[in-house]
Amino acid sequence: MPRPAPQPEQTQPDATQPGETQPGETQQGISAEIAALHRAAQEAAASGAPVPAHPPRDFPPYRSTQLRHPTRELVRADPEEIELVSPAFGHTDVAAEEADLTIQHTGEPLGERIILTGRVLDGEGRPVRNQLVEIWQANASGRYVHKRDQHPAPLDPNFTGVGRIITGDDGSYRLTTIKPGAYPWKNHRNAWRPAHIHFSFFGSAFTQRLVTQMYFPGDPLFALDPIYQSITDQRARDRLVATYDHDVSEPEWALGYRWDVVLTGPRSTWMEPEDADHA
Amino acid sequence: MPDQPSLRARANAPDESNLPAPEPLQTPAQTVGPFFGYALPYAGGPAVRAAWQPDAIRLHGTVFDGAGDPIPDAIVEIWGPDAAGRPSTERGVLERDQHGFSGFGRAAVDRDGRFAFTTIKPGATREGLAPYLLVTVFARGVLHHLFTRAYFDDEAAANGTDPLLSTIDPARRHTLVAESDGPASYRFDIRLQGEGETVFLDFAVLDHGDEGRREGMQR
Repeated sequence: MPRPAPQPEQTQPDATQPGETQPGETQQGISAEIAALHRAAQEAAASGAPVPAHPPRDFPPYRSTQLRHPTRELVRADPEEIELVSPAFGHTDVAAEEADLTIQHTGEPLGERIILTGRVLDGEGRPVRNQLVEIWQANASGRYVHKRDQHPAPLDPNFTGVGRIITGDDGSYRLTTIKPGAYPWKNHRNAWRPAHIHFSFFGSAFTQRLVTQMYFPGDPLFALDPIYQSITDQRARDRLVATYDHDVSEPEWALGYRWDVVLTGPRSTWMEPEDADHA
Repeated sequence: MPDQPSLRARANAPDESNLPAPEPLQTPAQTVGPFFGYALPYAGGPAVRAAWQPDAIRLHGTVFDGAGDPIPDAIVEIWGPDAAGRPSTERGVLERDQHGFSGFGRAAVDRDGRFAFTTIKPGATREGLAPYLLVTVFARGVLHHLFTRAYFDDEAAANGTDPLLSTIDPARRHTLVAESDGPASYRFDIRLQGEGETVFLDFAVLDHGDEGRREGMQR
Protein backbone atom coordinates (compact mmCIF):
# COMPACT_ATOMS: atom_id res chain seq x y z
CA MET A 1 0.00 0.00 0.00
CA PRO A 2 1.55 3.34 -0.94
CA ARG A 3 2.48 5.43 2.03
CA PRO A 4 1.81 9.17 2.06
CA ALA A 5 4.67 11.24 0.71
CA PRO A 6 7.12 12.17 3.45
CA GLN A 7 6.46 15.62 4.87
CA PRO A 8 9.09 17.71 6.60
CA GLU A 9 8.03 18.53 10.12
CA GLN A 10 9.10 21.83 11.54
CA THR A 11 10.73 21.68 14.92
CA GLN A 12 13.34 23.74 16.66
CA PRO A 13 16.90 22.55 16.28
CA ASP A 14 17.72 20.55 19.34
CA ALA A 15 21.00 22.19 20.23
CA THR A 16 20.75 21.62 23.95
CA GLN A 17 20.73 17.84 23.92
CA PRO A 18 23.32 16.79 26.44
CA GLY A 19 26.41 15.52 24.76
CA GLU A 20 25.16 16.26 21.29
CA THR A 21 26.56 19.66 20.48
CA GLN A 22 30.05 20.51 21.61
CA PRO A 23 31.01 23.52 19.50
CA GLY A 24 34.67 23.79 18.83
CA GLU A 25 35.50 20.13 19.30
CA THR A 26 37.52 19.04 16.34
CA GLN A 27 37.67 15.84 14.37
CA GLN A 28 41.34 15.72 15.28
CA GLY A 29 40.48 15.65 18.97
CA ILE A 30 37.82 13.00 18.52
CA SER A 31 40.15 10.89 16.37
CA ALA A 32 42.88 11.11 19.02
CA GLU A 33 40.44 9.91 21.68
CA ILE A 34 39.38 7.01 19.45
CA ALA A 35 43.02 6.05 18.81
CA ALA A 36 43.80 6.05 22.53
CA LEU A 37 40.82 3.82 23.31
CA HIS A 38 41.75 1.43 20.52
CA ARG A 39 45.33 1.23 21.82
CA ALA A 40 44.02 0.42 25.29
CA ALA A 41 41.78 -2.32 23.87
CA GLN A 42 44.68 -3.80 21.89
CA GLU A 43 46.85 -3.85 24.99
CA ALA A 44 44.10 -5.59 26.94
CA ALA A 45 43.75 -8.17 24.17
CA ALA A 46 47.52 -8.69 24.07
CA SER A 47 47.48 -9.49 27.76
CA GLY A 48 44.86 -12.18 27.19
CA ALA A 49 41.58 -10.38 27.87
CA PRO A 50 38.66 -11.54 25.73
CA VAL A 51 38.16 -9.50 22.58
CA PRO A 52 34.65 -8.13 22.70
CA ALA A 53 32.52 -8.08 19.57
CA HIS A 54 30.20 -5.41 20.92
CA PRO A 55 31.17 -1.82 21.57
CA PRO A 56 31.68 -0.73 25.17
CA ARG A 57 28.67 1.25 26.33
CA ASP A 58 31.00 3.89 27.73
CA PHE A 59 32.75 5.28 24.66
CA PRO A 60 33.49 8.98 25.32
CA PRO A 61 34.24 10.03 21.70
CA TYR A 62 30.56 9.30 21.02
CA ARG A 63 29.41 12.11 23.28
CA SER A 64 25.86 10.89 23.77
CA THR A 65 27.14 7.87 25.70
CA GLN A 66 28.34 10.12 28.54
CA LEU A 67 25.11 10.22 30.53
CA ARG A 68 23.58 7.08 29.06
CA HIS A 69 25.90 4.24 30.00
CA PRO A 70 25.53 2.30 33.24
CA THR A 71 28.40 2.85 35.63
CA ARG A 72 27.73 -0.34 37.58
CA GLU A 73 28.85 -3.64 36.18
CA LEU A 74 26.07 -5.60 34.55
CA VAL A 75 24.80 -8.46 36.68
CA ARG A 76 25.34 -11.90 35.19
CA ALA A 77 22.03 -13.72 35.02
CA ASP A 78 21.13 -17.23 33.99
CA PRO A 79 18.55 -16.97 31.25
CA GLU A 80 15.20 -18.52 32.10
CA GLU A 81 12.76 -20.03 29.64
CA ILE A 82 11.29 -16.70 28.56
CA GLU A 83 14.73 -15.37 27.68
CA LEU A 84 15.59 -18.51 25.71
CA VAL A 85 12.69 -18.16 23.29
CA SER A 86 11.57 -15.33 21.03
CA PRO A 87 8.27 -13.84 19.95
CA ALA A 88 6.53 -15.93 17.32
CA PHE A 89 6.74 -13.62 14.35
CA GLY A 90 5.16 -14.98 11.24
CA HIS A 91 4.72 -14.22 7.60
CA THR A 92 1.31 -12.73 8.36
CA ASP A 93 3.04 -9.94 10.26
CA VAL A 94 4.76 -8.49 7.23
CA ALA A 95 3.53 -7.86 3.71
CA ALA A 96 5.86 -9.05 0.95
CA GLU A 97 6.08 -5.52 -0.49
CA GLU A 98 7.67 -4.26 2.71
CA ALA A 99 10.97 -5.83 1.59
CA ASP A 100 11.13 -3.38 -1.33
CA LEU A 101 11.65 0.18 -0.15
CA THR A 102 11.50 1.49 -3.71
CA ILE A 103 7.84 0.67 -4.33
CA GLN A 104 6.19 2.33 -1.35
CA HIS A 105 5.12 5.43 -3.24
CA THR A 106 3.71 6.25 -6.62
CA GLY A 107 7.07 7.17 -8.16
CA GLU A 108 10.60 5.82 -8.14
CA PRO A 109 12.89 7.14 -5.42
CA LEU A 110 16.06 8.96 -6.43
CA GLY A 111 19.43 7.37 -5.87
CA GLU A 112 21.35 4.21 -6.51
CA ARG A 113 19.05 1.18 -6.40
CA ILE A 114 20.57 -1.72 -4.45
CA ILE A 115 19.68 -5.28 -3.53
CA LEU A 116 20.80 -6.30 -0.09
CA THR A 117 20.74 -9.94 0.87
CA GLY A 118 22.25 -12.29 3.39
CA ARG A 119 21.54 -14.86 6.05
CA VAL A 120 20.86 -14.59 9.75
CA LEU A 121 22.66 -17.39 11.59
CA ASP A 122 23.20 -18.44 15.17
CA GLY A 123 26.60 -19.02 16.72
CA GLU A 124 26.71 -22.54 15.39
CA GLY A 125 25.87 -21.55 11.85
CA ARG A 126 22.24 -22.64 11.97
CA PRO A 127 19.72 -20.42 10.21
CA VAL A 128 17.55 -18.13 12.31
CA ARG A 129 14.28 -18.94 10.60
CA ASN A 130 11.02 -17.02 10.44
CA GLN A 131 12.28 -14.09 12.44
CA LEU A 132 11.61 -10.42 11.98
CA VAL A 133 14.18 -8.14 10.32
CA GLU A 134 13.46 -4.40 10.35
CA ILE A 135 15.45 -1.67 8.58
CA TRP A 136 15.37 2.08 8.46
CA GLN A 137 17.66 4.52 6.69
CA ALA A 138 18.25 7.97 5.25
CA ASN A 139 17.46 8.67 1.61
CA ALA A 140 20.09 9.09 -1.12
CA SER A 141 20.70 12.66 0.02
CA GLY A 142 21.36 11.66 3.60
CA ARG A 143 18.02 12.83 4.98
CA TYR A 144 15.79 10.84 7.31
CA VAL A 145 12.02 11.14 7.33
CA HIS A 146 12.13 12.13 10.96
CA LYS A 147 11.04 15.36 12.54
CA ARG A 148 14.27 15.71 14.47
CA ASP A 149 16.50 15.36 11.42
CA GLN A 150 17.57 18.94 10.72
CA HIS A 151 19.97 18.18 7.88
CA PRO A 152 19.10 20.66 5.11
CA ALA A 153 19.10 17.99 2.40
CA PRO A 154 16.01 17.24 0.35
CA LEU A 155 13.38 14.75 1.35
CA ASP A 156 12.39 12.41 -1.45
CA PRO A 157 8.62 12.24 -1.88
CA ASN A 158 9.07 8.68 -3.15
CA PHE A 159 11.20 7.33 -0.34
CA THR A 160 10.34 6.71 3.28
CA GLY A 161 13.22 4.42 4.16
CA VAL A 162 11.49 1.77 6.26
CA GLY A 163 11.36 -1.94 5.44
CA ARG A 164 10.58 -5.27 7.10
CA ILE A 165 10.97 -8.90 6.16
CA ILE A 166 10.63 -12.30 7.83
CA THR A 167 13.66 -14.56 7.33
CA GLY A 168 13.21 -17.67 5.23
CA ASP A 169 13.82 -21.26 6.27
CA ASP A 170 17.49 -20.81 5.44
CA GLY A 171 17.68 -17.64 7.55
CA SER A 172 17.89 -15.50 4.43
CA TYR A 173 16.55 -12.04 3.83
CA ARG A 174 16.49 -9.98 0.63
CA LEU A 175 15.71 -6.29 0.47
CA THR A 176 15.59 -3.76 -2.35
CA THR A 177 16.33 -0.18 -1.44
CA ILE A 178 18.38 2.91 -2.28
CA LYS A 179 21.93 3.42 -1.13
CA PRO A 180 21.67 5.98 1.67
CA GLY A 181 23.78 9.11 1.74
CA ALA A 182 26.20 10.18 4.45
CA TYR A 183 24.83 12.84 6.76
CA PRO A 184 26.13 15.37 9.25
CA TRP A 185 25.51 15.17 12.98
CA LYS A 186 26.43 17.23 15.97
CA ASN A 187 28.83 15.03 17.92
CA HIS A 188 31.61 17.48 17.11
CA ARG A 189 32.39 20.08 14.48
CA ASN A 190 32.12 18.73 10.91
CA ALA A 191 31.01 15.28 12.08
CA TRP A 192 29.61 13.04 9.33
CA ARG A 193 28.19 9.55 9.65
CA PRO A 194 29.28 7.03 7.02
CA ALA A 195 26.39 5.80 4.91
CA HIS A 196 24.57 3.09 6.84
CA ILE A 197 21.33 1.19 7.16
CA HIS A 198 19.89 0.52 10.61
CA PHE A 199 18.92 -3.11 11.23
CA SER A 200 16.93 -4.77 14.00
CA PHE A 201 17.04 -8.56 14.45
CA PHE A 202 15.36 -11.12 16.67
CA GLY A 203 17.18 -14.39 17.25
CA SER A 204 15.86 -17.77 18.25
CA ALA A 205 16.17 -16.54 21.83
CA PHE A 206 15.39 -13.07 23.13
CA THR A 207 18.92 -12.89 24.55
CA GLN A 208 20.12 -12.78 20.93
CA ARG A 209 18.24 -9.55 20.18
CA LEU A 210 20.38 -7.23 18.09
CA VAL A 211 20.05 -3.69 16.83
CA THR A 212 22.95 -2.56 14.68
CA GLN A 213 23.99 -0.66 11.57
CA MET A 214 25.25 -2.00 8.25
CA TYR A 215 27.85 -0.05 6.32
CA PHE A 216 29.11 0.00 2.73
CA PRO A 217 32.60 -1.07 1.68
CA GLY A 218 35.35 1.48 1.27
CA ASP A 219 33.64 4.40 3.00
CA PRO A 220 36.20 7.17 3.61
CA LEU A 221 34.33 8.21 6.78
CA PHE A 222 34.95 4.94 8.66
CA ALA A 223 38.11 6.13 10.38
CA LEU A 224 36.45 9.34 11.56
CA ASP A 225 33.18 8.00 12.95
CA PRO A 226 33.02 7.45 16.71
CA ILE A 227 29.96 5.21 16.43
CA TYR A 228 31.55 2.78 13.97
CA GLN A 229 34.88 3.05 15.79
CA SER A 230 33.22 2.32 19.15
CA ILE A 231 33.80 -1.31 18.21
CA THR A 232 37.41 -1.54 19.24
CA ASP A 233 38.34 -4.67 17.28
CA GLN A 234 38.99 -4.22 13.57
CA ARG A 235 37.77 -7.71 12.67
CA ALA A 236 34.53 -7.06 14.55
CA ARG A 237 34.10 -3.72 12.78
CA ASP A 238 34.60 -5.45 9.45
CA ARG A 239 31.60 -7.64 10.24
CA LEU A 240 29.31 -4.60 9.92
CA VAL A 241 30.46 -3.88 6.37
CA ALA A 242 28.51 -5.46 3.53
CA THR A 243 30.38 -7.00 0.63
CA TYR A 244 29.74 -5.96 -2.94
CA ASP A 245 28.56 -9.15 -4.66
CA HIS A 246 28.32 -9.10 -8.42
CA ASP A 247 26.34 -12.35 -8.29
CA VAL A 248 23.60 -10.42 -6.47
CA SER A 249 23.63 -7.45 -8.84
CA GLU A 250 20.94 -7.57 -11.49
CA PRO A 251 21.69 -6.43 -15.05
CA GLU A 252 20.19 -3.08 -16.00
CA TRP A 253 18.59 -2.87 -12.59
CA ALA A 254 20.49 -2.79 -9.31
CA LEU A 255 23.84 -3.33 -7.58
CA GLY A 256 24.03 -6.19 -5.10
CA TYR A 257 25.45 -6.37 -1.61
CA ARG A 258 25.69 -9.31 0.73
CA TRP A 259 25.73 -9.11 4.51
CA ASP A 260 25.45 -12.10 6.81
CA VAL A 261 24.57 -11.64 10.45
CA VAL A 262 25.41 -13.86 13.41
CA LEU A 263 23.38 -13.80 16.62
CA THR A 264 25.18 -15.80 19.28
CA GLY A 265 24.23 -16.16 22.90
CA PRO A 266 22.30 -18.63 24.98
CA ARG A 267 19.27 -20.19 23.42
CA SER A 268 16.92 -22.96 24.26
CA THR A 269 18.24 -26.46 23.87
CA TRP A 270 14.71 -27.43 22.92
CA MET A 271 14.38 -27.21 19.16
CA GLU A 272 11.15 -26.61 17.36
CA PRO A 273 10.12 -29.49 15.14
CA GLU A 274 11.19 -28.76 11.58
CA ASP A 275 7.65 -28.26 10.35
CA ALA A 276 6.30 -26.28 13.28
CA ASP A 277 6.69 -22.99 11.49
CA HIS A 278 4.46 -24.07 8.67
CA ALA A 279 1.52 -25.02 10.83
CA MET B 1 26.56 -27.77 -13.68
CA PRO B 2 29.99 -26.52 -12.70
CA ASP B 3 30.04 -23.80 -10.10
CA GLN B 4 30.54 -20.36 -11.48
CA PRO B 5 33.51 -18.65 -9.90
CA SER B 6 32.20 -16.17 -7.39
CA LEU B 7 32.80 -12.59 -8.34
CA ARG B 8 32.31 -11.42 -4.80
CA ALA B 9 34.73 -8.69 -3.85
CA ARG B 10 36.92 -9.68 -0.96
CA ALA B 11 38.37 -6.28 -0.20
CA ASN B 12 36.80 -6.14 3.24
CA ALA B 13 37.37 -9.68 4.28
CA PRO B 14 40.33 -10.67 6.37
CA ASP B 15 42.81 -12.99 4.68
CA GLU B 16 41.35 -16.41 5.33
CA SER B 17 43.14 -18.26 2.58
CA ASN B 18 45.16 -20.49 4.91
CA LEU B 19 42.57 -20.85 7.64
CA PRO B 20 39.80 -23.36 8.11
CA ALA B 21 36.29 -22.04 7.63
CA PRO B 22 35.75 -19.58 10.45
CA GLU B 23 33.09 -20.28 13.03
CA PRO B 24 30.32 -17.74 12.97
CA LEU B 25 31.22 -14.74 15.09
CA GLN B 26 28.81 -12.36 16.74
CA THR B 27 27.75 -9.34 14.70
CA PRO B 28 28.46 -6.24 16.80
CA ALA B 29 25.71 -3.97 18.07
CA GLN B 30 25.34 -0.29 17.23
CA THR B 31 23.08 2.35 18.70
CA VAL B 32 19.47 2.56 17.55
CA GLY B 33 20.25 6.26 16.94
CA PRO B 34 17.78 9.14 17.20
CA PHE B 35 15.76 8.51 14.06
CA PHE B 36 13.88 5.25 14.67
CA GLY B 37 10.59 6.98 15.42
CA TYR B 38 9.09 6.47 11.96
CA ALA B 39 10.33 2.89 11.71
CA LEU B 40 10.23 0.80 14.87
CA PRO B 41 6.99 1.81 16.62
CA TYR B 42 3.92 0.06 15.23
CA ALA B 43 0.22 0.34 15.88
CA GLY B 44 -0.65 -1.73 18.89
CA GLY B 45 2.99 -2.08 19.97
CA PRO B 46 2.34 -0.88 23.53
CA ALA B 47 -0.94 -2.87 23.80
CA VAL B 48 0.29 -6.39 24.42
CA ARG B 49 -3.13 -6.98 25.98
CA ALA B 50 -6.08 -4.79 25.06
CA ALA B 51 -6.77 -2.34 27.87
CA TRP B 52 -10.44 -3.38 28.05
CA GLN B 53 -9.60 -6.99 28.86
CA PRO B 54 -10.36 -7.75 32.51
CA ASP B 55 -6.86 -9.14 33.10
CA ALA B 56 -5.02 -6.17 31.56
CA ILE B 57 -2.41 -4.43 33.68
CA ARG B 58 -0.51 -1.25 32.98
CA LEU B 59 3.26 -1.15 33.18
CA HIS B 60 4.59 2.34 32.81
CA GLY B 61 7.58 4.44 33.73
CA THR B 62 10.16 6.98 32.67
CA VAL B 63 13.64 6.47 31.24
CA PHE B 64 16.23 8.76 32.89
CA ASP B 65 19.82 9.61 32.05
CA GLY B 66 22.74 10.10 34.43
CA ALA B 67 21.80 13.72 35.10
CA GLY B 68 18.36 12.61 36.23
CA ASP B 69 16.76 14.04 33.10
CA PRO B 70 14.15 12.09 31.16
CA ILE B 71 15.40 10.67 27.87
CA PRO B 72 13.06 11.68 25.02
CA ASP B 73 14.44 9.25 22.44
CA ALA B 74 14.47 5.80 23.99
CA ILE B 75 12.44 2.80 22.91
CA VAL B 76 11.49 0.01 25.29
CA GLU B 77 10.47 -3.58 24.61
CA ILE B 78 8.84 -6.05 26.97
CA TRP B 79 8.62 -9.80 26.57
CA GLY B 80 6.89 -12.13 28.96
CA PRO B 81 4.86 -15.30 29.33
CA ASP B 82 1.13 -15.55 29.85
CA ALA B 83 -0.59 -15.70 33.23
CA ALA B 84 0.20 -19.40 33.48
CA GLY B 85 3.90 -18.78 32.82
CA ARG B 86 3.87 -20.08 29.26
CA PRO B 87 5.63 -18.13 26.48
CA SER B 88 3.14 -17.45 23.68
CA THR B 89 3.62 -19.41 20.51
CA GLU B 90 0.71 -17.77 18.70
CA ARG B 91 1.90 -16.67 15.28
CA GLY B 92 1.42 -13.05 14.44
CA VAL B 93 3.05 -10.74 16.91
CA LEU B 94 2.75 -7.45 15.06
CA GLU B 95 -0.65 -7.82 13.43
CA ARG B 96 -3.09 -9.21 15.93
CA ASP B 97 -6.64 -8.84 17.01
CA GLN B 98 -7.55 -7.63 20.46
CA HIS B 99 -8.31 -11.05 21.85
CA GLY B 100 -4.96 -12.76 21.67
CA PHE B 101 -1.78 -12.38 23.61
CA SER B 102 1.70 -12.53 22.14
CA GLY B 103 3.76 -11.42 25.10
CA PHE B 104 5.84 -8.95 23.08
CA GLY B 105 5.43 -5.20 23.24
CA ARG B 106 7.30 -2.16 22.01
CA ALA B 107 6.81 1.45 23.07
CA ALA B 108 8.78 4.56 22.15
CA VAL B 109 8.98 7.04 25.01
CA ASP B 110 7.27 10.41 24.72
CA ARG B 111 8.97 13.81 25.01
CA ASP B 112 9.03 13.39 28.78
CA GLY B 113 10.71 10.01 28.58
CA ARG B 114 7.56 8.12 29.53
CA PHE B 115 6.43 4.76 28.22
CA ALA B 116 3.32 2.74 28.99
CA PHE B 117 2.27 -0.79 28.12
CA THR B 118 -0.88 -2.72 28.75
CA THR B 119 -0.22 -6.40 29.15
CA ILE B 120 -1.16 -9.21 31.49
CA LYS B 121 0.62 -9.99 34.69
CA PRO B 122 2.89 -12.89 33.80
CA GLY B 123 3.06 -16.16 35.64
CA ALA B 124 6.35 -17.69 36.73
CA THR B 125 7.85 -19.91 34.04
CA ARG B 126 8.91 -22.51 36.59
CA GLU B 127 8.61 -23.45 40.24
CA GLY B 128 10.75 -21.27 42.45
CA LEU B 129 10.86 -18.24 40.18
CA ALA B 130 9.07 -14.98 40.77
CA PRO B 131 7.08 -13.66 37.81
CA TYR B 132 8.70 -10.93 35.75
CA LEU B 133 8.80 -9.28 32.35
CA LEU B 134 12.04 -9.03 30.40
CA VAL B 135 12.65 -5.37 29.55
CA THR B 136 15.00 -4.18 26.80
CA VAL B 137 16.06 -0.55 26.42
CA PHE B 138 17.41 1.09 23.26
CA ALA B 139 18.34 4.76 22.84
CA ARG B 140 20.58 7.20 21.08
CA GLY B 141 23.84 7.11 23.02
CA VAL B 142 23.26 3.49 24.05
CA LEU B 143 25.69 1.57 21.84
CA HIS B 144 24.41 -1.85 22.89
CA HIS B 145 20.90 -2.37 24.20
CA LEU B 146 20.34 -2.99 27.90
CA PHE B 147 18.37 -5.87 29.41
CA THR B 148 16.65 -5.73 32.76
CA ARG B 149 13.71 -7.45 34.43
CA ALA B 150 10.54 -5.98 35.89
CA TYR B 151 9.40 -8.01 38.89
CA PHE B 152 6.23 -7.02 40.79
CA ASP B 153 6.08 -5.61 44.30
CA ASP B 154 2.94 -7.53 45.22
CA GLU B 155 4.85 -10.82 44.87
CA ALA B 156 6.97 -10.31 47.96
CA ALA B 157 7.12 -13.98 48.94
CA ALA B 158 8.16 -15.20 45.49
CA ASN B 159 10.53 -12.26 45.05
CA GLY B 160 12.24 -13.15 48.31
CA THR B 161 13.34 -16.53 47.01
CA ASP B 162 13.80 -15.78 43.31
CA PRO B 163 17.23 -17.08 42.28
CA LEU B 164 18.23 -13.83 40.63
CA LEU B 165 16.41 -11.18 42.62
CA SER B 166 17.44 -12.59 45.99
CA THR B 167 21.12 -12.39 45.01
CA ILE B 168 21.02 -8.70 44.03
CA ASP B 169 22.50 -6.16 46.42
CA PRO B 170 19.52 -5.24 48.64
CA ALA B 171 20.26 -1.56 48.14
CA ARG B 172 19.72 -1.93 44.40
CA ARG B 173 17.07 -4.67 44.31
CA HIS B 174 14.18 -2.22 44.19
CA THR B 175 15.31 -1.06 40.74
CA LEU B 176 14.13 -4.43 39.39
CA VAL B 177 10.72 -4.28 41.03
CA ALA B 178 7.72 -2.53 39.47
CA GLU B 179 5.79 -0.66 42.10
CA SER B 180 2.03 -0.93 42.36
CA ASP B 181 0.65 2.60 41.95
CA GLY B 182 -3.05 2.05 41.39
CA PRO B 183 -5.54 -0.61 40.42
CA ALA B 184 -3.78 -3.00 38.03
CA SER B 185 -1.04 -0.45 37.43
CA TYR B 186 2.69 -0.76 38.06
CA ARG B 187 5.41 1.83 37.76
CA PHE B 188 8.83 0.80 36.50
CA ASP B 189 11.30 3.64 36.01
CA ILE B 190 14.57 2.96 34.22
CA ARG B 191 17.68 4.89 35.24
CA LEU B 192 20.56 4.36 32.85
CA GLN B 193 23.17 5.88 35.13
CA GLY B 194 23.83 7.42 38.50
CA GLU B 195 21.79 7.47 41.67
CA GLY B 196 19.30 4.64 41.67
CA GLU B 197 20.88 3.19 38.52
CA THR B 198 18.81 0.27 37.30
CA VAL B 199 20.36 -3.17 37.63
CA PHE B 200 21.03 -4.28 34.06
CA LEU B 201 21.57 -7.90 33.21
CA ASP B 202 24.11 -9.78 31.14
CA PHE B 203 22.86 -13.11 29.83
CA ALA B 204 25.99 -13.54 27.84
CA VAL B 205 27.57 -16.85 27.40
CA LEU B 206 28.66 -16.22 23.86
CA ASP B 207 27.35 -12.69 23.80
CA HIS B 208 30.77 -11.14 23.63
CA GLY B 209 31.70 -13.23 20.63
CA ASP B 210 35.23 -13.74 21.81
CA GLU B 211 37.40 -14.36 18.80
CA GLY B 212 38.34 -17.98 18.67
CA ARG B 213 37.15 -18.65 22.20
CA ARG B 214 34.43 -21.23 22.20
CA GLU B 215 34.38 -22.60 25.72
CA GLY B 216 31.41 -21.68 27.82
CA MET B 217 29.02 -22.67 25.08
CA GLN B 218 25.77 -24.07 26.28
CA ARG B 219 25.43 -26.73 23.69
